[in-house]
Amino acid sequence: MKRTEGDESSTLATDGAGVDWRGSASSSVTVTREERLREFYEENVLKPMIVAWSDSRTRLGLLIIGFYLLLSLVAILGLWREPSTSQAPRYLMLFENMKYPLGTTASGTDLAALIIHSTPDILLMVTSGGLWATGIAVLVGTVAGYKGGSVGRVLMSISDFVMAIPGLPLVMILAITFNPKNPILLGIIINVNYWAGLGRSIHSQVLTIRENNYVEASRTMGVSTPRIILKDVIPNIMPYVTVNFVFAARYVVFASIGLFFLGVLPYSDQNWGVTLNFAYNGGALFSWSAAHWLIVPMAAIIGLSIGLILLGQGMDRVFNPRVRTRLTGESESTASTDEKDTGMTEVL
Amino acid sequence: MSNYYVRRTLRVFATIFAVATLTFGLIRLLPGGPFTQLRAQLLRQGVPASEVDARIANLQNINPNAPLWQQYLDYMGAVARGNFGESISLGEPVARIIAEAVPWTVFVVLVSTILMFAVGIFLGSLQAYWEGSRFDKAFSGLSIALMSVPFYVVAVISLYVFSYQWGWLPTAGTVGASVEKELSIPFLLSALEHSILPIFSYTLGGIGGQALAMRGNSIQVLGNDYVRVARLRGLADRRIATRYVARNAILPMYTGFLLLLGFRLSGTVILEQIFSYTGLGYYMFAALKANDYPLMMATFLVITVALIVGVYIADLTYSKIDPRISAGGSDEAY
Repeated sequence: MKRTEGDESSTLATDGAGVDWRGSASSSVTVTREERLREFYEENVLKPMIVAWSDSRTRLGLLIIGFYLLLSLVAILGLWREPSTSQAPRYLMLFENMKYPLGTTASGTDLAALIIHSTPDILLMVTSGGLWATGIAVLVGTVAGYKGGSVGRVLMSISDFVMAIPGLPLVMILAITFNPKNPILLGIIINVNYWAGLGRSIHSQVLTIRENNYVEASRTMGVSTPRIILKDVIPNIMPYVTVNFVFAARYVVFASIGLFFLGVLPYSDQNWGVTLNFAYNGGALFSWSAAHWLIVPMAAIIGLSIGLILLGQGMDRVFNPRVRTRLTGESESTASTDEKDTGMTEVL
Repeated sequence: MSNYYVRRTLRVFATIFAVATLTFGLIRLLPGGPFTQLRAQLLRQGVPASEVDARIANLQNINPNAPLWQQYLDYMGAVARGNFGESISLGEPVARIIAEAVPWTVFVVLVSTILMFAVGIFLGSLQAYWEGSRFDKAFSGLSIALMSVPFYVVAVISLYVFSYQWGWLPTAGTVGASVEKELSIPFLLSALEHSILPIFSYTLGGIGGQALAMRGNSIQVLGNDYVRVARLRGLADRRIATRYVARNAILPMYTGFLLLLGFRLSGTVILEQIFSYTGLGYYMFAALKANDYPLMMATFLVITVALIVGVYIADLTYSKIDPRISAGGSDEAY
């Protein structure tokens, strides 16, 4: 994407997070550590949470994610039976037998147990993939954007190259090569080149941020580069990064389940994707009586991604002053040309 | 200025070169390497052991006994000439398989992506116009719901409902088995019939995201002073909608369109598998399953080149479309 240099009005510096940060730093000389922590908590945790909770979509998203966390807690604590074959009558429909509320598969495995016991691994995979993608993207994007020059060019060339490698085929080859069973490693492999597009758009945002007066002031004062990036640059892009963390996580869900469904990724226990694969190949397509075998894992996938997307939308609402000011009825126009959501990232 | 275009074009070739090198390396990463499997397979087929190496060299344009740098040069030279060797599992030249597969994939990806953008832009702009209305709220909810459904779920459900249960549409393939492969009305109709479900499932999930993006962009443009001025000037609503709002709102989505085209090419690995639609992704997956390295690497390269060209066109044309943005730009080092 192109840079929008010199477009002062478009800078993210005027965003909420930027103002917060400046507010806390200018008074840092006189306040104690405890006060600063409390201020930090109020500005960065409490207020966003209030805004988030007041929005019905974010509230729903948080509740859904909470539900999945609860499911994984149930699995970890062993509150639901482990899935095994012939533990129940075969082909029970949804809610036919309340002992097996989600029905059973062709081999008499409890579908609810299959779903519940694969939740912790999936959440772990999603989190690690999201953290990996956003972490590398922030590192590359901020350093390249702030340093500029040859460092920036080299870093951007690298991300251009990584971006040029098609995601899914690369993941398939890597999965066959490394055979990763660890969910954390799997999440990283799935998002192995997701960071490139994100890093590139962070780079173009940082290019405008670095022109700000306070960044220049820090530079002339001789503040070290890592400190400038950490203190002056990153707070400005944090909202964008948080939103994209959610989208990266959603991509992990979609890609991993899709590849499990194809049977490309290795697995030790049946998870949602493998269940879908077994149902698909086990003839669930041909009869209505086995339809629930397909529907249950699909519902699990869709539920999780709805939760993530609602959360992402809500975060956008929390962080994006454009949306926020419009909501409060102010007609202040921010003539910005930042291309935030133009599909730099992979979509499935 | 022209310097930028030259540099950008050179980078395309450099990237393609680097990816070709990467594929060469990836072949060697895979378990058993490129030759072990093939050697065992050829021996099983009854090829005399003395001829096996020659056959391998013939299949992959690489002499397995040559040093690595020699293998690398041979491989790159062959790729540069468009010679990808011969498919192990299908026994045909890889170039011919790919030439047959590419049109199907391009057709599905192009049509579904255009549809996705068209419908998304239409819905999104309507939502922006009636921001806050019941229509807007309903479709925002719908968009989020659509975004959360992966395309393969749509694919499996639509296959289940329309093909297996109701029998309206074919379950697999690109054209009917009885149809001649020539440019005729029955061929086109059959091809269309077979492509409906893949296109539908690849389009539906993407609409939501595009609609939301268009909605956001339009709302932002609508708040601009020049739109207010246009209203005050008494311009027709239609003209404001198309010339002032739509144009500026679609602009940022343009690069996204080209990039998505490339990204969606790699998604066909899953899509075409579900519909047994013999395009690039289908062969890529089949090759992966059959350890057919020449075919696998060639499909990988072709998808990559498509992606690179997409980004290249996006980069070059964006400054033409949006004159506010200059190509290249300065970058001072700090």
